[in-house]
Amino acid sequence: MLVLLAALGAGLLFGLGLTVAAMVDPAKVLGFLDLAGDWDPSLALVMAGAIPLAALGQALGRRRGRPLLAAAFQPLPTGGPDRPLLLGAMLFGVGWGLVGLCPGPALATLTLGLWQGWLFVAAMLVGMAGHAVWRRRRA
Amino acid sequence: MSHFTPVAALLGGLLVGGAALWCWLALGRVAGISGILAGAMPGRGPEAGWRLAFLLGLVLAAPLFALAGGTVPVPQMAASPVVLVVAGLLVGFGTRLGRGCTSGHGICGLARLSPRSLAATLVFMASAMATVFVSRHLLGG
Repeated sequence: MLVLLAALGAGLLFGLGLTVAAMVDPAKVLGFLDLAGDWDPSLALVMAGAIPLAALGQALGRRRGRPLLAAAFQPLPTGGPDRPLLLGAMLFGVGWGLVGLCPGPALATLTLGLWQGWLFVAAMLVGMAGHAVWRRRRA
Repeated sequence: MSHFTPVAALLGGLLVGGAALWCWLALGRVAGISGILAGAMPGRGPEAGWRLAFLLGLVLAAPLFALAGGTVPVPQMAASPVVLVVAGLLVGFGTRLGRGCTSGHGICGLARLSPRSLAATLVFMASAMATVFVSRHLLGG
């Protein structure tokens, strides 16, 4: 129960940040991605605000040794980039650039009353399921 | 830079970073939205619970902020249904193949100086910027 409440709180905080920073508006995100247009550096400042706190969380976690509400930290991949990582990032970037929605903001727009967000999220879930099927076939 | 909103962007970033800090420190999990969403699908076992709770918070944040008197931006989406579907498929498939998105690689991964996340972030930023350049300035969409 405590875990679910903590996760709910993390999601609320995350969504609040996206809302305050107006990252739920794809036009704002496209303004950052459009270097040749009327460039809007806001998204870079979102990352500049978020990264140090995420790093602080990792440092505090290292010092503490284990999470407050779980048995262990999730194991994270080490080493360098491989081909699937780079290809996946490239495909993701094309989709992101076409509309201006990445997964977090796409989900946060679901409650803002636009059918476009729902269509995008439905297609995104199909893409994720498609990847799972494709991986199982290759295995 | 007529649309630049530095204060709101930095404040929002601190909140997103706070969520990532809390997610790691309390739950021991990366606040990567594509991974959380994919792992919340039916049949994903005991890890699905916290992920669904996180996603519930994520979608409720904007309306709660509006209820509390905050100003929620009205998203501007000009893309046609076909483009929305193609983009959604690419984002869904690409974030699974690439093991993360803007939050998992771009925030949490960069925060731990992961070479994989740095490479992924550079690639998806570059391909997104190239896509916007082609669609807005070459094709004039």
